[in-house]
Amino acid sequence: MDTFDWTSIPGALPILADGMLITLEITATAMLVGILWGTVLALARLSGNRPLAWLAAAYVNLFRAVPLVMVILWFYLIVPTLLQRWLGVSQSSDIRMISALVAFALFESAYYAEIIRAGVQSVPKGQVDAAFALGMPYPLTMRLVVLPQAFRNMLPLLLTQAIILFQDTSLVYVIGLADFFGAAYKVGDRDGRLVELLLFAGAVYFILCFGASLLVRQLQKKYST
Amino acid sequence: MSYNWNWDIFLSPTPSGESTYLGWLLNGLQWTLTLSLGAWIMALVLGIGLGVLRTVPNRLLAGSAAAYVEVFRNVPLLVQLFIWYFVLPELLPTTLGDALKQTDPLAQQFFAALLCLGCFTAARVCEQVRAGIASLPRGQRNAGLALGLTLPQTYRYVLLPMALRLILPPLTSEFLNVFKNSAVASTIGLIELSRQSQQLVDYTAQAYEAFIAVTVLYVLINVLVMFGMRVLERRTRVPGYIGGK
Repeated sequence: MDTFDWTSIPGALPILADGMLITLEITATAMLVGILWGTVLALARLSGNRPLAWLAAAYVNLFRAVPLVMVILWFYLIVPTLLQRWLGVSQSSDIRMISALVAFALFESAYYAEIIRAGVQSVPKGQVDAAFALGMPYPLTMRLVVLPQAFRNMLPLLLTQAIILFQDTSLVYVIGLADFFGAAYKVGDRDGRLVELLLFAGAVYFILCFGASLLVRQLQKKYST
Repeated sequence: MSYNWNWDIFLSPTPSGESTYLGWLLNGLQWTLTLSLGAWIMALVLGIGLGVLRTVPNRLLAGSAAAYVEVFRNVPLLVQLFIWYFVLPELLPTTLGDALKQTDPLAQQFFAALLCLGCFTAARVCEQVRAGIASLPRGQRNAGLALGLTLPQTYRYVLLPMALRLILPPLTSEFLNVFKNSAVASTIGLIELSRQSQQLVDYTAQAYEAFIAVTVLYVLINVLVMFGMRVLERRTRVPGYIGGK
């Protein structure tokens, strides 16, 4: 066993920080779009409109049945073609980031939709009846009565999902995008210090995710009383 | 659409002439199934063991099982896989590590992926088992002990038979996750199903056919597993519980 040589890490910190920015950018976008689009999907699935509910269910189930790796590859195939046709973006420009953003946003929506559906269902039925009895129309009932309570109930789950999402962004490796993990791998490969860089990346992910999960647990305790 | 659909591509022979592209796909499917089922068995055994440890009175044992779960849950699967594949041989004693590097690359990829997926999934199974045991009334454990059963016997005959049946639904989704997570093994070069789709694109340039075929196969696995687990759930249902008779 060779002794460890960590000397290539300090010099690589700017590259790694750039990678972390990409990771965070994908996580934040996917979380934001995922929660918005996921809410729409969840409400569609719970709505009385049969075809709409069926479509939303099909969307959610399809995305949940396919590995994320395949989803990323699919969008890397589809997005460039669409961009070229609709926006006339030249094929040579770097569309990896855009396809990764689209893939993660649409993929995460399916998972968020399930969490939000459970959250909406956790609100007592009487709340909806009371709102209707007060003469509120459906959109207002959802916006002012059901969703605020539902989001409060499911906040810990939404955040836990965000931690999983943060970890999953490392899979953009399959389309060669240099997120935090990709950057660490590249530096390790370049300097012949793959072992150290991989362990370093693992440690960074662990500290961030473990810290975040402790915070979520604390939040949960605070809300559950 | 200017794309040329050609579904016959699956029946045409591969460059080496030994197989058709469909044969490649089925070969990838076989690797996905072998890897996932192997990892699932490993995860069940290890996960149930860890789940039990998390609930025993001994602080040290419970603490170590909890630490295991935190480590494997808070590092991305891809990073774990690369650590198993690239780092582990370096950390072993030199002779053993070198011997490992001499073995068949396919075997190296497969076992790294198997260990990685098994350990990763075990952490998740552990949490389900813990939750299952915790959901049982406290009286069950006490009754077992009061009857003179030892602690291991109480787990074996009282707690686990109930807990495992109660957690079947969440275990189903973990089982499904194993198949999906196995696609990550493509990153270290294991030619499983998702890697095969990329290889088909490289060789035939019929990207849509390849991707659709692979996606359908994953959905099919999903449907089969869900169906199988539902049958198992019905057969092991506990009378008197929700969903039981």
